Amino acid sequence: MKAIYTWSAILAIVFASVVGDILLARAMKQVGDVGALRRRAGLGVVIGRTLSNPNFLFGVTAMAVAFFSLLFALSWGDVSLVAPAAASLTFIGNAVAAKIFLHERVDHRRWIAVGLVAAGVALLAG
Amino acid sequence: MNFRKYLVLGGVTVFAAAGDSMLSHGMKQVGSISVDRLQSVIFAVLNPWVAIGILLLLAFFATYMTALSWADLTYVLPATSLGYVILALVARFVLHEHVSPLRWLGIALITGGVGFIAGGPEITTHPPEDKSVDQLSTVVAAPLLAKDARNGAPQVGAGKL
Repeated sequence: MKAIYTWSAILAIVFASVVGDILLARAMKQVGDVGALRRRAGLGVVIGRTLSNPNFLFGVTAMAVAFFSLLFALSWGDVSLVAPAAASLTFIGNAVAAKIFLHERVDHRRWIAVGLVAAGVALLAG
Repeated sequence: MNFRKYLVLGGVTVFAAAGDSMLSHGMKQVGSISVDRLQSVIFAVLNPWVAIGILLLLAFFATYMTALSWADLTYVLPATSLGYVILALVARFVLHEHVSPLRWLGIALITGGVGFIAGGPEITTHPPEDKSVDQLSTVVAAPLLAKDARNGAPQVGAGKL
């Protein structure tokens, strides 16, 4: 029974992290190249435009949900299961979601990279 | 990709790894926080390691957002995963902890993954922005960008999404 709780919390972490990363990536593409914008308009404009972007605010909220899900998961399961499982599943979830929602061209090279990193993270944190 | 962008990606990697280690080190000094006294977590920031860790994670967030403003999510995430490798190497050579063969394999896999991504383009969602537009002042660029079909609004730097 505890395993079901733990895995539900892990899936909640993965889901919230993926939603958060996608929203933050979309927000920053809307803000535009931060380096160029800062040179042109100043740091204040960069910060103002970022903080007033709805996708950014929802993205940060999703990241907060992911953080609290992590706390729940850690209270039910071992850190040696929760951390690597959540990190590597988030990697794979992000690649799929970035392809679907951000229309990033995830070619063979990137799939291999994501797969290797996800496997590596699972081994390292395990 | 220019030197400045590699510097930002390096910043994401190092700030994340350093911030996490500082927080972890500090929280071990603070000790475990009981569930019925959750508010005691507020006093944890008084620990210097925790405070430095939080500052480093803020720096991580700023550099991460900067990287996402000009690179794909599927580029930034693998490219900055070298932080895990840095942590393992620090554990082995600075803290003299034991790193098991399975973890060395993990380090090799992550490094290989980063190598795969490094040769490719950092952004695939829209054609690279015209660099000359960046150099122009807002006044000159605004009428130019108004004609640009990719930008819905005549606003400098507005992305297509």
